[in-house]
Amino acid sequence: MLKFFVSDQLYLGLVQALIAALAAMLVVLLARKRGIHLEDETLIAMVRGIIQIVAVGSILLLLLRAPRWTSGFLLTAMIIAAGATSARRAKGMPGAFPVSAWSIALGAGSVIALMTWLGVIDTAITSLVPVGSMLIANSMNTNGLALNRFRADVLAHVGEIETALALGAEAKNSVSPYVQASFEASLIPAIDSLRSLGIVWIPGLMAGMLLSGARPVYAAIYQFVVLAMILAASGLTSLVSTLLIRERIFTAAQQLSLQPGR
Amino acid sequence: MPDIHVITGNTSDPILRTEHLSRVVKDKVLVEDATFEVRTGEVLAIVGPSGSGKSSLLRLLNRLDEPSSGTVYVEGIDYRQIAPRELRRKLGMVNQRPYLFPGTVEQNLRFGPLQRGESLSQDSIEQLLVRVGLKGYAGRNVANLSGGEAQRVSVARTLANSPLVLLLDEPTSALDETSKLEVESTIQRIVREQGLTCILVTHDTAQAARLAERVLLLEAGHIVRQGPIDEVLHA
Repeated sequence: MLKFFVSDQLYLGLVQALIAALAAMLVVLLARKRGIHLEDETLIAMVRGIIQIVAVGSILLLLLRAPRWTSGFLLTAMIIAAGATSARRAKGMPGAFPVSAWSIALGAGSVIALMTWLGVIDTAITSLVPVGSMLIANSMNTNGLALNRFRADVLAHVGEIETALALGAEAKNSVSPYVQASFEASLIPAIDSLRSLGIVWIPGLMAGMLLSGARPVYAAIYQFVVLAMILAASGLTSLVSTLLIRERIFTAAQQLSLQPGR
Repeated sequence: MPDIHVITGNTSDPILRTEHLSRVVKDKVLVEDATFEVRTGEVLAIVGPSGSGKSSLLRLLNRLDEPSSGTVYVEGIDYRQIAPRELRRKLGMVNQRPYLFPGTVEQNLRFGPLQRGESLSQDSIEQLLVRVGLKGYAGRNVANLSGGEAQRVSVARTLANSPLVLLLDEPTSALDETSKLEVESTIQRIVREQGLTCILVTHDTAQAARLAERVLLLEAGHIVRQGPIDEVLHA
């Protein structure tokens, strides 16, 4: 219907973005009626999202002819930004930012480096940056989920954790059930995406490859490749972040420093 | 069978002594300048109204919290020179709620010794359960225990670590009257039979009078009186 009124592709995109944003805000308003206030956070997230993606799109356009090392620079900047974003999901956790940044760097960074070296990801900037950013973004989400779940579990089980400490347990052993639960829960989205691939959703990357003339079977297989890489990067990120954060919530004298109201 | 520390003659040596112990969190004084000692084989009650800092003081003794100033001597040694895990084994704690780990009673009893790589024998487990009046409960799932039974399993789990001192933090305040008496008589029996040194935190002065010989009265984080039960509680 829109194409009937708007013929220019850029304007079409803006109108489409506006309609999608309105749909999201409608849900936020529905939530508000039930006493759940997400207005500010959602609005800021949407404005930030559109500005950031348009800016990156413009930069990518400029970078098409840039030297290849620029990819490394861009991906590093993305990892730092991803670390800062997901650290916010772990309010009150000591060292959430360095833990998140290191985990995403090790998780997503090592998978990107290995896969590029093996030739699974093409070294061209137009391939490396978008695919790398997908791995970083998904690792960021997984890291946020893991830290958020771990924080909630620890705060809900202070009694059990301190009982274990009082019985002479090592700090890391006293929280091991919650480390495991956070790791498992954080990987549910990545595993479900892989499981439902092609049945519940056909990802944008595959659509893009088809549009740019790739063979449909290769486009389909490569979509699987990307999701499998996302699972590897997310899994490694979550593993590293839960192990790192576990050390940070205790003092040197093995006292639990993450406590409600402290 | 885990070691049982029985009083052997001299009961006047302080097994635990605190010196000017304080804890301040965000400008709020929880405990201030607490100096007292507990002699081997003695039961000391810490009483006071809610929020007076009783539990905060107890948590400083096994170093679950860090004192802002002052220290604790365990058998004459500054407790900062004892590894926290070893200190916590020596000063065994029982909380208001039992916080049993999912699984069987036996698995819970094995937890403490396992942390040091030790395995309790079946015989030791049975004897621990006899001591808390729960003979034959080893294989039971903790989810099916009553409140009083769970608390007695928690006492047995702490005893499995062969502590020098038992720290009891309101051990009966979450229980109904019948369970409360069961747990109280279990504590009384252990103290009488094994001569275990105990520090009991309670808001119930009648319970303090039943179980302890000496009492320490706390108000707003300060020790306002300490001495024999009759003198302090009826002053």
